[in-house]
Amino acid sequence: MYPSRFDYDAPSSIGEAVAILDRSGGEAKVMAGGQSLIPMLKLRFASPERIVDINNIPGLDYHRLDADGTLRIGALCRHEDLEFSETLAESHPTLYAAAAVVADPIVRTRGTFVGSVCHADPQGDWAATMIALDGRIVAVGPNGRREIPMKDFVLGPFTNALAYNEIAVEAVIPPAKGKARGGYLKLERRIGDFATASVAVALDMDGDVVRRAGCALAGVGGKTIDANAAISVLNGKPLTPDNIEAAADAVAAAADPRTDHRGSAAYKRQIVKTFVSRILTSVARTEQKAA
Amino acid sequence: MALDELKIGGMGASRRRVEDNRFIRGKGRYVDDIVLPGMLHMEILRSPVAHARIKSIDTSAAWEVPGVRLVITGDTMASRNLAWMPTLSYDTQAVMATDKVRFQGQEVAAVIADDPYIAKDACSKIVVEYEQLPPIVNPFQAQSPDAPLIRDDKETQTSNKIFDWEIGDKAATDRAFEEADVVSKLELHYPRSHPSPLETCGSIADYDRATGKLTVYMTTQAPHIIRAAVAMVAELPEQMIRIVSPDLGGGFGNKVPVYPGYVISILASILTERPVKWIEDRSGNLISTGFGRDVYLQGEMALRKDGKILGVRMHTISDHGAFYADAQPTKFKIGLMHSAFAAYDIPAAHLTSEGWYTNKAPGGVAYRCSFRVTEAMFFQERMIHAAANDLGMDQAEFRKVNLVKDDMFPYRTAFGFLTDSGQYGKCLDVALEAIGYSTFKQEQEEARKRGKLLGLGISTMTEPLGAGNSREYDIIGIKMFDSAELRVHMTGKAILRTGAKTQGQGHETTWAQIVAHELGIPADDIVVEEGDTDTAPFGMGTYASRSTPVAGAAVAMVSRKIRAKARKIAAHLLEVSEEDIEWELGRFYVRGNNERGVTIQDCALAAYSNVPDGMEPGLENNAYYDPPNLTWPFAAYLCKVEIDPQTGVWDVLNFVAVDDCGVRINPMIVEGQIMGGLTEAYAMASMQYITFDEEGNCIGSNFMDYLLPTSWETPGFELHEVVTPCPHHPIGAKGVGECATVGGPAAFVNAVMNALEHTGVRNVDMPLMPNRVYEALQTGQDVSGAPPVKGE
Amino acid sequence: MTSLYEEIPPAPAPGVPTTRVTITVNGEKRTLDIEPRLLLSHLIRQGLQLTGTHMGCDTTGCGACTVLLNGRPVKSCTVLAVQANGRDVETVEGLSSAQQLHPIQEGFKQEHGLQCGYCTPGMMMAAKALLERNPNPTEDEVRWALSGNICRCTGYQNIVKAVLWAAEKMREQEG
Repeated sequence: MYPSRFDYDAPSSIGEAVAILDRSGGEAKVMAGGQSLIPMLKLRFASPERIVDINNIPGLDYHRLDADGTLRIGALCRHEDLEFSETLAESHPTLYAAAAVVADPIVRTRGTFVGSVCHADPQGDWAATMIALDGRIVAVGPNGRREIPMKDFVLGPFTNALAYNEIAVEAVIPPAKGKARGGYLKLERRIGDFATASVAVALDMDGDVVRRAGCALAGVGGKTIDANAAISVLNGKPLTPDNIEAAADAVAAAADPRTDHRGSAAYKRQIVKTFVSRILTSVARTEQKAA
Repeated sequence: MALDELKIGGMGASRRRVEDNRFIRGKGRYVDDIVLPGMLHMEILRSPVAHARIKSIDTSAAWEVPGVRLVITGDTMASRNLAWMPTLSYDTQAVMATDKVRFQGQEVAAVIADDPYIAKDACSKIVVEYEQLPPIVNPFQAQSPDAPLIRDDKETQTSNKIFDWEIGDKAATDRAFEEADVVSKLELHYPRSHPSPLETCGSIADYDRATGKLTVYMTTQAPHIIRAAVAMVAELPEQMIRIVSPDLGGGFGNKVPVYPGYVISILASILTERPVKWIEDRSGNLISTGFGRDVYLQGEMALRKDGKILGVRMHTISDHGAFYADAQPTKFKIGLMHSAFAAYDIPAAHLTSEGWYTNKAPGGVAYRCSFRVTEAMFFQERMIHAAANDLGMDQAEFRKVNLVKDDMFPYRTAFGFLTDSGQYGKCLDVALEAIGYSTFKQEQEEARKRGKLLGLGISTMTEPLGAGNSREYDIIGIKMFDSAELRVHMTGKAILRTGAKTQGQGHETTWAQIVAHELGIPADDIVVEEGDTDTAPFGMGTYASRSTPVAGAAVAMVSRKIRAKARKIAAHLLEVSEEDIEWELGRFYVRGNNERGVTIQDCALAAYSNVPDGMEPGLENNAYYDPPNLTWPFAAYLCKVEIDPQTGVWDVLNFVAVDDCGVRINPMIVEGQIMGGLTEAYAMASMQYITFDEEGNCIGSNFMDYLLPTSWETPGFELHEVVTPCPHHPIGAKGVGECATVGGPAAFVNAVMNALEHTGVRNVDMPLMPNRVYEALQTGQDVSGAPPVKGE
Repeated sequence: MTSLYEEIPPAPAPGVPTTRVTITVNGEKRTLDIEPRLLLSHLIRQGLQLTGTHMGCDTTGCGACTVLLNGRPVKSCTVLAVQANGRDVETVEGLSSAQQLHPIQEGFKQEHGLQCGYCTPGMMMAAKALLERNPNPTEDEVRWALSGNICRCTGYQNIVKAVLWAAEKMREQEG
């Protein structure tokens, strides 16, 4: 498989990259890790006139915690950087759990967090975690920076809210209000398979009470499912078995799966329910042990 | 004084592989690694639809692309009488579509250009107008009176049926069922699967106008059959065709057939007078080349209350795709399906089979399987499992009652095969012990308390490996023997060539071990070559686990011919009569005086420098080996699984394999074959299948949708051995390469079924994806996997 | 191939845009003019004639084409050759010197970690990256790290053993 011809730029600054995008009038595509884009080029599902490769822009490969606990992930932070991150293991259990199950280990060395969120694949892992964590994307365009909340960022399958002349330069995850707890579970038939169903749950805990619960789903809808409203039944409550079950039911109802060769709609909904329940139960157990 | 056989790398030595020396350095030489001067590149345009009439093809824009040298369509092929070619099952197959396309992925046009990128660019500029026809994606749709006729190119074809076939004794079987206390029934689908060697198919055709010679570097497991086929299809003189099969990146049956791409590249080279390279992409490989299985199996078993099996009935409905292109012996329309139940002492059996055309890729070539024995043994072990349950008998006990006993060999099966030898009961016992069978029930109950479902599955089977004998086995009329040629040089080193073709089995290592065993020449002193029809002796190639049973036997036989001549030379050197010469590994000596002897190397030197009067000089020979029977290895595979009832996800806790493949030439390589085969068995049981939607679109046209297991999912395997030497093979060896793929799947499936036993579910079709297992658990109903896949 | 032009002629066909890149491959600096669409795997195989890097799936699913790019394992069929500009590429051909096999290569031979040899170079490069990050991996860690590479022949058990064999030897050499 061979890509079509395209023009190529590898600018060394964000400003330069934005200028190129602006000049290209919507015919250019930004490439970060390229782990989704290059296969699409090879299959000729995508044939942009120009590729703007941001890999030569210095200073984008970070992930760091601000003093207030805000997590910032740069546009060239690779999945693997998060998988082996000591920072994340403690501070962001949802992201940390997801990092290990994105694609496969070799793809993880190259693919990026921000690129994956921008790709907006309904089966993608990172967009789901971002929604659950109420994150936002920092975009830079000809008119400067703007922040786009995740709930407004994914517009549909493979469609995001960036203008043609904007680049997503950073993902921002606000600090937890209390202890950050949560998890990410994914049913994949094999390593590297797309999710049959996956569930991201993020909890801000105040003692044994949930201050804020976040949740999003992948693989069970035409786009990433925002289940924050559904799981908010937990807000202000402890993680009792009854509350857990109510939350799992509410989230499962928010899923919008389709029957296909990966399973029936009912099956996928069941997986969502099971996974929500498992993540919450596991958090409850850990908290009990800690107490 | 005799040599230590293990030290010279003889039989039984786990000799490290010779071929590894180049592979670990990245110095293998696969077809795509070969670059010839002036070489052009070919890309094939494939049909995006499953069934359609071609109204027009416009190639004009493709010709305009700079760097394009040639564009070929069905008309180009037809003008050379090459639009159709014969298949290995006496059908015809389109090389390039002329009238209509009959499956998604069929070859419609090809572009030959300076560079593969340009060829691909030009392919995308070809405009084909299709008039869509209703697609047929399973044999039941094919039978419908309203079904469109797929093969309207064949004058005599009035329906989509390809064949009806039967074997066995119907009357005796009917009587067995009349006498039965219990009749057990089972129906299942063995899904379509694709061998997917990691290297796709490809060729470089190099036609030299000046000499008239055609050289084709090709991914083939059977270069000599290809040479014959090319001679027939392209009407070229056979001596002017040289097929070279270099290193192969796996085969598993996928590289046995003659594919359109090979033929098109040959014509392209003839027309351009340049070498033309065609390397299939993965999608082309998955949607157009030889698949395995796709058979619906139905059967019933007549049982006596005490557990004795009285008879078996089987019916198979096979889906062959658009062209009947199975690679199999002529007289067996559904391969060796009738080898089913060969391990069991069953008085009567009857099999009926029907084959159907559908709008799917052609083939039905074996996939790591000797002519459909995979389907046969899978059905056998699923049926045995169901029958034991219906009788309320223990799975191991039921098998022990019915397995052929050690003193019954040679044993004539109800379908007429003659199994040669084995210790079936012992193999099963070793396996039961290793997996802890006696405490399993207790373990199962304890797991239930934890909310987990445990299951234990057994699969025991013998299978016919190593076709043929030439009385019964042929490919397009060519008898299934094999050959070896051995040249011993004057320094006692040697070169060996065979008609087989290694694809990872390690022939370069093991063949030398057989020669070492027979002649005492250290294995390191013997180089092995295969795959070049200009130098290798004629052979039928490597598939159906036939290399060791047939070519390996030829290696032993040619070594013995060399030894016989060396013995005469030894007598001459030792100045005694031949009758007074004794042999021990590596040397001849005078009977009664072990000190007085000559080595095989002394004899080799003498063959070129000091032959007795009247003897031809030199020390080389060849052997053609026609086996008296197939070899019959036995295997007991036991698997323990744990199911998570909330998700249907199952994990293998333990897998025990006990293989009796006779004498093991290189135990390390044999174990490698078994572990590889078990992995493919796990793959088929758990995830690997090709299915289709209502439109005939292939779901599984790339490795994102066609799932192959990785190191993470694949369980570990515990291997054990039992050795029953093959009584008719020169070194007592049996085939082994396919045992695990053939017998393995039923162990996994039976284990899952065992865990589901309380639900009353009799069958879940492979692959046992979590959603299917969950559905069975929830509904208590069987789960069918027949295409088309359901959508909303 | 016309999408790839060595520093030596033939020159590209008129109208085909190319980019000049300098890439260090197995320690050797190479300057080439290439089309931006050229995949790194094709550059390695066809342009540099290092055919030990194989292509198995075309869609980032098999890992046969795994090489190290600045020390990290990547699927070279899913990296553009231009993206390697100014960077280091290490292929299987760079693993051993004329005299000395790399312990990973030895391990694969000793433990029968290969059959057809097609996935082997990619497996070994993935293993090399693992052992540089984690010199003493468990069996599970090896299985996890190799799960982006497909093998069709061996069934993985011996591949895992091969990597553990190499890890031990490398630790001995270090210690």
